[in-house]
Amino acid sequence: MATRILIDPVTRIEGHAKISLFVDDAGNVEDAEFHVVEFRGFEKFCEGRPYTEMPGITPRICGICPVSHLLASAKAGDAIMAVEIPPAADKLRRLMNLAQFVQSHALSFFHLSAPDFLLGWDTPQAQRNVFGLIGANKALARAGIRLRQFGQEIIEILGGRKIHPAWAVPGGVRSPLTPEGRERIRHWLPEAQATVQTAFTLWEQTLATHQRELETFGNFPSLFMGLVAEDGTWEHHGGKLRFTDSHGRVIADQIDAGNYPTVIGESVQTSSYLKSPYYLPLGFPAGIYRVGPLARLNVCSQMGVPRADAELVKFKRLGQGAVTSSFLYHYARLIEILAALEYIERYLEDDELLSSELRADAGINNRRGVGVSEAPRGTLFHDYTVDRNGLLQKVNLIVATGQNNLAMNRTVAQIARHYIQGRGKIPEQLLNRVEHGIRCYDPCLSCSTHAVGRMPLHVQLIGPDHTILDEVTRGDDAPLPAAAPGAAT
Amino acid sequence: MAAKTLTIDDKHLSAEEGATLLQAAKEAGITLPTLCHLEGIYDVGACRLCLVEVKGLTKLVPACTTRVAEGMEVLTNSERLRKYRRMTLELLFAERNHICAVCVANGHCELQTLAYSLGMDHVRYEYRTPRWGVDHTHRLFGMDHNRCVLCSRCVRACWHVEGAGTKNVSGRGARAHIITDLNQPWGEADSCTACGKCVQACPTGALFHKGATVGEMVRDRHRLEFLVTARQKKEWITD
Repeated sequence: MATRILIDPVTRIEGHAKISLFVDDAGNVEDAEFHVVEFRGFEKFCEGRPYTEMPGITPRICGICPVSHLLASAKAGDAIMAVEIPPAADKLRRLMNLAQFVQSHALSFFHLSAPDFLLGWDTPQAQRNVFGLIGANKALARAGIRLRQFGQEIIEILGGRKIHPAWAVPGGVRSPLTPEGRERIRHWLPEAQATVQTAFTLWEQTLATHQRELETFGNFPSLFMGLVAEDGTWEHHGGKLRFTDSHGRVIADQIDAGNYPTVIGESVQTSSYLKSPYYLPLGFPAGIYRVGPLARLNVCSQMGVPRADAELVKFKRLGQGAVTSSFLYHYARLIEILAALEYIERYLEDDELLSSELRADAGINNRRGVGVSEAPRGTLFHDYTVDRNGLLQKVNLIVATGQNNLAMNRTVAQIARHYIQGRGKIPEQLLNRVEHGIRCYDPCLSCSTHAVGRMPLHVQLIGPDHTILDEVTRGDDAPLPAAAPGAAT
Repeated sequence: MAAKTLTIDDKHLSAEEGATLLQAAKEAGITLPTLCHLEGIYDVGACRLCLVEVKGLTKLVPACTTRVAEGMEVLTNSERLRKYRRMTLELLFAERNHICAVCVANGHCELQTLAYSLGMDHVRYEYRTPRWGVDHTHRLFGMDHNRCVLCSRCVRACWHVEGAGTKNVSGRGARAHIITDLNQPWGEADSCTACGKCVQACPTGALFHKGATVGEMVRDRHRLEFLVTARQKKEWITD
């Protein structure tokens, strides 16, 4: 009799989701599904609004990566106006995106994921969070929190606020970097750089003791997609799309943002509100591809800054052709923080960022505009169609987490198959490993995090006739069970 | 002109005959919440936020359109008034789609400022969430009916300051809305001189400069006041 194990909600991710594990008669995991249970409706309710409002509306999708939506939205607006934005505006947008990478990656690494591999998978769940990390290593936790703050401060210096700055606009940005702001960033930069070095040391120790995770946490062949510059250098805001395969071969390159429909198809599944994009020439689901830090490092040939380039060489040695283990998303994230800090350092020497020529002006010159930008989690597309007056007729958003949907399903299935075999009761620690498979991708389900506190967990045992055979719920308000497992088979 | 003596909130004061209670209160340093009132343009008493109590009258009256009279006893801040003002404000919010966070007037909106100053932390009425559109046909300006409170300041500025007579109110009740010319798209309204006075007059984000993004609609009301004063004093007429 096949059964289904449900992990609901998945914790320490950004948003609300659940995982279903389908178990066969022998107790082995047959398949897994990751369901996003939020419904937002942005694509629909933005219809009829002026496209110029979109950089104000779309960042509200998320409190963690509002900058990503802000920039992709502004770029879609640039495309509708058919303008090339002033060079200073482009650099300023890049600076904000780099800051966003730093803050978001720091959050993922230190707050959400590190409690698992730094404190240990079997740490009692009550301690397996950022407060546990503070208890175990106060200096490290503080440094991690401060690193995130550094990124947030840059966003505030540029946009006037840390979250949801309405700063980038179609045609450019609203305000420059001020000399005072530049000095604040300069003053803080060395501390941020030191924190990344500490994180690299910790990561090396982690990797040495986590070979099993390296092998089983989403280690499978797939395609990878990301933006690259013309010469293949790592990109995060400009550049064009590149796909590579699991051997590291480039299978599609320099694809304009506006031509994404020629390479990306979107599949809709009834089990999730998340769409599942795939590489169109290979079809669904064979066209599975991954985006985000791991993918960006796989598709690029160099980072373009010396210290991150040295790390990239080490990173690429971990795979043959391409690095395929999703556990290495964490490592890729650290390399991207390092690169972001090096690029930020360069921008501090560039006086053009203080310029007041920041905003191009134009009417409606294209009825359709696609903006693509790299969010910390992966490539983000905003695709707008407007009427002749600039009111939106159609909005299509393709977010990073959607593009990783197929890979996340496969990752949780792989981990579940490895750790859950013919057992009657499944310990919570094992289910946490399954959840961590999702955390590797740092999915942004656009809502609040459950980063703090006890893990609210809802596990159901569902028979083939859909009757609930067993059920354990542990919510925020429910007392912790005396014995460990909060899970049932 | 004869002066009238009256009390507002137990304060004895005198005001010119023909002055409104709103003017008298202002001169006495008493602030009343207003939304449809705009310095330089005549009042119509549309928003009902400046309602006051007058001894001897059972009904509440709008201060902006009620003239001072000898011996009047006026209350501007009673419990009853506070209750009604709050209710009126909440109904204004519930009537259309006021989403401050993404609005072009965020931080510079009179409706938003009133909500802050009257301590409106939530709306007790069900939002009607009507499906109003945006008129984006004009070359320079946009009109978002979702954010309109039907104060008619734009209509009065258009007719009585610019003299173009482009804007008007059409429909009744919940269907009332601002139109241009004979209910044509604004961009096709021949009478519009594109002077932008209506945009300056708008208290919310309903009228805006095209291309404005969140919080960018900062208005300069003094321009209208200046125009009206200059006309009244014939400042532009030389011998």
